[in-house]
Amino acid sequence: MNINDLRRRNFLKTSIGTAAVAIAPGFLLFDIAHGKAQAVSGKVRWGMLIDTAQCQEGCSDCVTACNKENGLSGGTSATDSQWIRKVEIKDISSGRKVSLPMMCQHCEHPPCVDVCPTNASFKRADGIVLVDRHRCIGCRYCMMACPYKARSFVHEPLTDQNPDVPRGKGTVESCTLCVHRIDKGQQPACVESCTNKAILFGDLNNPDSEIAKKIRTVASVQVRASLGLNTGVRYQGI
Amino acid sequence: MKLFASLLLCLFIPAALAAEVTGPKLDIGKGGQCVEDTQWMRKNHPNLLNHQRDETVHKGVRDTKHSLKGCIECHASTQDNSVTARKDSFCVACHSYEAVKIDCFECHSDKRQSAWLQRNAK
Repeated sequence: MNINDLRRRNFLKTSIGTAAVAIAPGFLLFDIAHGKAQAVSGKVRWGMLIDTAQCQEGCSDCVTACNKENGLSGGTSATDSQWIRKVEIKDISSGRKVSLPMMCQHCEHPPCVDVCPTNASFKRADGIVLVDRHRCIGCRYCMMACPYKARSFVHEPLTDQNPDVPRGKGTVESCTLCVHRIDKGQQPACVESCTNKAILFGDLNNPDSEIAKKIRTVASVQVRASLGLNTGVRYQGI
Repeated sequence: MKLFASLLLCLFIPAALAAEVTGPKLDIGKGGQCVEDTQWMRKNHPNLLNHQRDETVHKGVRDTKHSLKGCIECHASTQDNSVTARKDSFCVACHSYEAVKIDCFECHSDKRQSAWLQRNAK
């Protein structure tokens, strides 16, 4: 290799480096300005671990935060949408009381998806169970199929929705795990609002995530585990 | 001569009428450079929106280039931050002119997100 070749090689190296330095921020800024352009990965599985020992009886901060984030009325009648409920359970023989939030459990094998006649009910690659309301015909089979009573039907016309959370009359809806926040890298509204940090949110598939570590070390259960749905939301202390 | 006059009349009436007929007048909001060619967008925006909607709902692709929120952000009126509030609002003006009913805004917000956030910040 003669001296000219070396010079040429060095010139190419530096110019490629300079070009990379000049162009890279442009790409990064484009990504920030235009939102995420990549599809969600199936390697991730979002889930929650709820520590009932930390969940206080009578506190409903998570419910309030959910209602505000997603534009729910906060009513609890049969025709009101409820994405998350506070449930108080009591063991009759011992009298032990436990308080916990109950919402869509984001099953690995969701019965709501099985029964949907239009494929509106679906599971996203990262494990979030959603309703595509462009396809939903409001038949409410999924509401009947859900063992957790997690889904609601919108009975009345709505106005002034959150631009991030479209909702409308004639379709079924449920906890989206605040998918619009997750896609921005944020945590669900209920998790953020819990003052006692009773709800831990994270990637169940990543062995290094806080939630995976905790599930490995403490006893947690899935509600109605006998159904074999492999829920994404797990509970501690029930 | 009469024949000539009537012929002229026949020729000019449609021309005069055609001159009066103009497209809908609409409030384009901030406007500016659209993400695609304007004429192309007039014809193809429903396809873009439908495609982007499936990408976003099912795959979580939240690229704002062809998103409904992106459209609204630029084209909502600068007076009321809406694309449907008035007769000459961006979506309504053409859609009522063409008599094409859209149901996007039965679920989706017709407001510019920045304005919505400002109003709902507590």
